[in-house]
Amino acid sequence: MTFTTTPASVVIEVPAAPTVSYWAGVWHRLRRDPAALICAAILLALIFSATFAPWLGFADPYTGSMINRLKPIGTEGHILGTDELGRDMLSRLIYGGRLTLFLGITPVVTAFVIGTTLGLIAGYVGGWINALIMRVTDVFFAFPSVLLAIAISGALGAGIVNSLVSLTIVFIPPITRVAESVTASVRKLDYVDAARASGAGNFTIVRVQVLGNVLGPIFVYATSLTSVCMIISAGLSFLGLGVKPPEPEWGLMLNTLRTAIYINPWVAALPGMMIFITSLCLNLLSDGLRSAMNVRQ
Amino acid sequence: MLGYLFSRLVSVIPVALGVSLICFLLVHIAPGDPLVAIMPIDATAEQEAEMRAVYGFDKPLPVQFGIWLSNAVQGDLGRSIATGRPVGPEVTRAVGNTLLLAAAASVIGFPLGIFFGFMAGYLRDTVWDRIITASAIAGVSTPNYWLGMVLVIIFSITWPLLPSMGAGPGGSGAWVWDWQHMRHLVLPAITLAVVPMGIVMRTTRALVSDILDQDFVQALYAKGMTRTGVLRHVARNAAPTALSVIGLQLGYLLGGSILIETVFNWPGSGYLLSVAILQRDLPMLQGTILVLAMFFVTLNLLVDIAQSMIDPRISRA
Repeated sequence: MTFTTTPASVVIEVPAAPTVSYWAGVWHRLRRDPAALICAAILLALIFSATFAPWLGFADPYTGSMINRLKPIGTEGHILGTDELGRDMLSRLIYGGRLTLFLGITPVVTAFVIGTTLGLIAGYVGGWINALIMRVTDVFFAFPSVLLAIAISGALGAGIVNSLVSLTIVFIPPITRVAESVTASVRKLDYVDAARASGAGNFTIVRVQVLGNVLGPIFVYATSLTSVCMIISAGLSFLGLGVKPPEPEWGLMLNTLRTAIYINPWVAALPGMMIFITSLCLNLLSDGLRSAMNVRQ
Repeated sequence: MLGYLFSRLVSVIPVALGVSLICFLLVHIAPGDPLVAIMPIDATAEQEAEMRAVYGFDKPLPVQFGIWLSNAVQGDLGRSIATGRPVGPEVTRAVGNTLLLAAAASVIGFPLGIFFGFMAGYLRDTVWDRIITASAIAGVSTPNYWLGMVLVIIFSITWPLLPSMGAGPGGSGAWVWDWQHMRHLVLPAITLAVVPMGIVMRTTRALVSDILDQDFVQALYAKGMTRTGVLRHVARNAAPTALSVIGLQLGYLLGGSILIETVFNWPGSGYLLSVAILQRDLPMLQGTILVLAMFFVTLNLLVDIAQSMIDPRISRA
């Protein structure tokens, strides 16, 4: 060994600066964004009421009385009216949040895991593996997302699982593309070379140097997809391709209430209002996250 | 430039092949036998085998794909399982109506989106910017099938001003350029335009506000250029990116129109698709999706070429 190790006495003592962790900084910036906070609160309330609906004392969302069908908003006992089978709208809207939110979030989460993995591999390994993954991605990009979702769901048939599958397939390519481009740019940075020079293997480099730096932008991008995913999944149910009756789901409710549009128009429009509010909150929250995390796209 | 044009044209071939493969496989990922929907319960095994042979389902998959592809290239998209009629002509007629709707939505959405986006970017951090940004995000968040219902409630039910169904008086299919027919276009076109308009607004705003921060804008002002002159430079710089976003949105109009057509009973490809889905008519589904996806591929190609003409940096890269 000809290298001389640095004597301990030469190490420069850096005074401990009051460092703020990355996530603390993000939270600090997010806290000053009233729009994002209000949206987060509304979303949490929706998720809470949907999750604990059976214990919150709402009417049964499955049974109604035909005598009380299509009551207007403000009817005593049915504050938001009743649907075409006399079921309480408020209760069905609350219960409907379960499937709608589940079908809006789950495909994006699954696609986030799969797409990030594929993008990391493609961006880090490069070469023919990159070409293979990215060319397949290009083919899926040749379909508008709604069209692809309808195509796959249309072939597979109606049902919750089929919806999940088709929506996941729709969102893997865009996430893969973002993950690939972010990874490819991080890979060229000096600290990756430095890690390699100090003897780190590929797996360690990806885990320590790359992953931490690419997850932020991919995460922000994925959150912006949730509202799209929810709108498309409700759209599938609206077309009769997603959830089947009598399950309460906002898109399906919008579809079955279409026939009531001349009798009680504003009750018929309520489920769509819920989709709109939720997706607005998701978008505003995603925008807030983006500026709080300083991600540029 | 020619070299770029050529390589871009060549790069479409594998994508188009891949798209065809996916469309072809749609019939085969479907659970159960594609013929089950039309075979009578008491059909004999021979009759079933005969039907299978007529539709070509008895051959191995790669062979089926080859036959299907060569037929599709020649414009033969197979026969509808539900009606037995050829898919091609029905899809062509329906896609024409969809393109009409998409064109009308583009005429409404894109100019307004660019105008307001430009205004918001230029008047950054003013009240106008906030109002425009807020409406843009509301537009992007709108489930357009719901917006269609709301517009029908307001403009056809509460105030009966505009028709809510079909593409012409008396449900006639043929399109004529008169007010009787154009009235039917108003509500679906506005509905379809809202989401792309929001996206174009957001993109244009971000682009313009980024460009205004660049040094060359300061330099232009410093050398005494008028505000209009500077804005022209900003527009020129924003154009390539704005164009690519518009091209992408033009494609999404084709996808988005599926739901809108269902809401308004517009006799386009979306309506055809929803009927095909209801009857589990897989060849019809396949053919419609293929034609729409190919439109999207061509559109992307045209946008890329147009973009490289506006911005010479692209073809040199």
